[in-house]
Amino acid sequence: MAEFEKANSVGEWFDQRLNTSGFWRVMMTEYWIPKNINFLWAMGALLAMMFTLLLVTGIFLLMYYKPDVNMAFDSVNYTIMQEVAYGWLFRNIHGVGASVVFLIIYIHMFTGIYYGSYKKGREMIWLSGMLLFVTFSAEGFSGYMLPWGQMSYWAAYVITEIFGGIPFIGDELVIWIRGNFYVSDATLTRFFMLHVLLIPMAILGAIVFHFYTLRFPHVNNEEGEFFDYKEESEKYLKGDKAHSKVIAFWPDFLSKDFMVITIFMIFFFYLVFYNNDFAMDPVNFDKADGMKTPAHIYPEWYFLWSYEVLRGFFFDIAGISGKSLGLMAFGFAQAIFMLLPWLDRSPMVKPANQRPIFKYWFWFLMADLFILTIFGKLPPTGANAWVGFASSVTFLVLFIALPFLTKIEAKIAGGK
Amino acid sequence: MFAIIVGLVVAVILIVLNIVLSRISFVPKEIRILSIVVIMVSYIYWGFEPFAHHEMHPHVAEATYAFDGKADIEALEEAGKDIADAEIFWSSVAKVAQHQGNAQAGKELVIANCTGCHSMTHAGFPQIMSDADSIASYGVTPPDLSLSGKIYDRNYLIAFISNPVKAMHIEHKYPVGGEKVFPMPASDWMQPQEIADMVAFLADSASAVPAPVLKEGATEVEISKAANKEVFEAACVRCHSMDYAGITARTSGEDMNKYIGAIPPDLSQHIRSRGDEYLHNFINDPQRKLPGTGMPRVGLTKDAEMQVVEYMTQIGDSKKAQREELGPKILIYLAILAVFALLWKRQIWKDLH
Repeated sequence: MAEFEKANSVGEWFDQRLNTSGFWRVMMTEYWIPKNINFLWAMGALLAMMFTLLLVTGIFLLMYYKPDVNMAFDSVNYTIMQEVAYGWLFRNIHGVGASVVFLIIYIHMFTGIYYGSYKKGREMIWLSGMLLFVTFSAEGFSGYMLPWGQMSYWAAYVITEIFGGIPFIGDELVIWIRGNFYVSDATLTRFFMLHVLLIPMAILGAIVFHFYTLRFPHVNNEEGEFFDYKEESEKYLKGDKAHSKVIAFWPDFLSKDFMVITIFMIFFFYLVFYNNDFAMDPVNFDKADGMKTPAHIYPEWYFLWSYEVLRGFFFDIAGISGKSLGLMAFGFAQAIFMLLPWLDRSPMVKPANQRPIFKYWFWFLMADLFILTIFGKLPPTGANAWVGFASSVTFLVLFIALPFLTKIEAKIAGGK
Repeated sequence: MFAIIVGLVVAVILIVLNIVLSRISFVPKEIRILSIVVIMVSYIYWGFEPFAHHEMHPHVAEATYAFDGKADIEALEEAGKDIADAEIFWSSVAKVAQHQGNAQAGKELVIANCTGCHSMTHAGFPQIMSDADSIASYGVTPPDLSLSGKIYDRNYLIAFISNPVKAMHIEHKYPVGGEKVFPMPASDWMQPQEIADMVAFLADSASAVPAPVLKEGATEVEISKAANKEVFEAACVRCHSMDYAGITARTSGEDMNKYIGAIPPDLSQHIRSRGDEYLHNFINDPQRKLPGTGMPRVGLTKDAEMQVVEYMTQIGDSKKAQREELGPKILIYLAILAVFALLWKRQIWKDLH
């Protein structure tokens, strides 16, 4: 065993045993981030903050919530919202936070796409991020069922029904997922388990993994510039911070993150107090009733685009039913973002606006996603159904065309 | 079609705006990026909230508290239906309304015509039958009339006594010559003066009903809650329960289902699920928001309706006051924190540039 001298301070005592100073240096003061970034680079820290808020408020809500079809609705809307001291605040933070976390996820994700941060060695960052998107989606969906309101019930009914379209095993699969022939107490209890245990554990693991994937390829920067981190960090350490292209994670990068987070929190708590209907749908304050279908069933806003892709195919094409086509398109939409690093064949790592072809593709995609989202909420009748169909097809075509478009871009870029 | 054009036009404007924004070089870059993000997020929000609501819940006529039949006739005209019948009815109501009522004479008429079925406990006419017996006889418990002269509009009461089905706007449930007959008969055979007298008596005796008795030192909130509860119980509780206030409907869901063909919902969370504006519009005339519903127009005065909705808020959103008090404090705290965060960031970054 190594010789241990008597420590002169508590800090030193821990340092001798855990090498805390070394750990701090590696993780914080000598973890290098490019300097050439803007506030969009703070979305990661903001997401960590939002996740913490959700975790903490979730723990408090868990103390009073009852996962039982006869008690769930009242335990949320009476016990938590009206009886427990500041229970309403915890629920509003949790409910609005769940919605806002997706807003930030989307900003984070499209920042990555815009600046090409999924390319040339950064594929694992992208994949682990998409893994987080999937787990957060599952977390959002399972959590939405828990208040056991009308929208909880019918969204659960419609979404679990989707799996029925899978060939051969569909019907059995739906029953397996629901734990019954219809959405019932068994469904609520298992989604409760998923929401408070299995998926949060998976998310925590995925977050750690996502951080780890950043370690070697490093964070991208505003111009997609590649430079020698060793050289730049030495410059920084010698005191020439102004001319170094890197900054330290702590305190440089985090001081900016903290600023962005606090400003964002003003907006967030404004929503929590004064404008939360968008995240806590009024329809969901009617208790679940399997005999009474609401006039309009729609998912939360962050699922609308993929929901619209699902129902965009409302008629049969070449003998394949609209339902099956929709399901295939939906599956495609869920998986295709994962493949982005391989679909983009252009070697350029640049912001989209500096790429001759990709820039059109990017803004076209954004416009298409907006239209999908907005029409995803409207009743799919008359002309709305055709807009849904056209924008769903556009979505598929955009991704199918991407490898070809970026190949052309590679040629243009190579010629320069 | 309108939706599509608006959606597409806004999408195009958005993209043009983004291109313009990305080129205005005299504005700091971070501000430009922020504006692009803000514009896109606002567009999405506009699309799935106000715009979607506008598309899914078409606007209906504003609530009116005159109860003079104008809105009914307009609605019939819009639907291209015959208005003659409604015009005759409401002009006869207007004629009755011109008569000055005599409460003393009205009392005799109320005893002769109303108290056989209706109680009026505060005026000395107790309930004769148990609720169960009333339900067996009429299909529903008849309302107590103690407060009716206060919480219901005068015009409405005249219309109601003349012809309950027309006043309540539920002709679709009780068509003329149909199988079902509304338990209370129309009294349009009475003299206009007689109807005016009865309404005058109802108003007189309602104003004599004492305010709810509260314990010593009751707070302002408790006083308003008790007053609102009194109106709510008189106006809604024959059919609706309110679990979160411990209130159970006087007619059970099963009996209501036999009576109107639906179980009236519990109202505990209606302030959240329907919202203030919808409730006012709905209570004023349910047919306007939910054509074909079994719920009748009850003819509450504006004040009484305010009290009903306020009571639903006090029960269904009981922490509203606390929320409104805490909100500004947290926002101010965060604003101050943001200033310090900004200063700290500047301090750190001044060596980096």
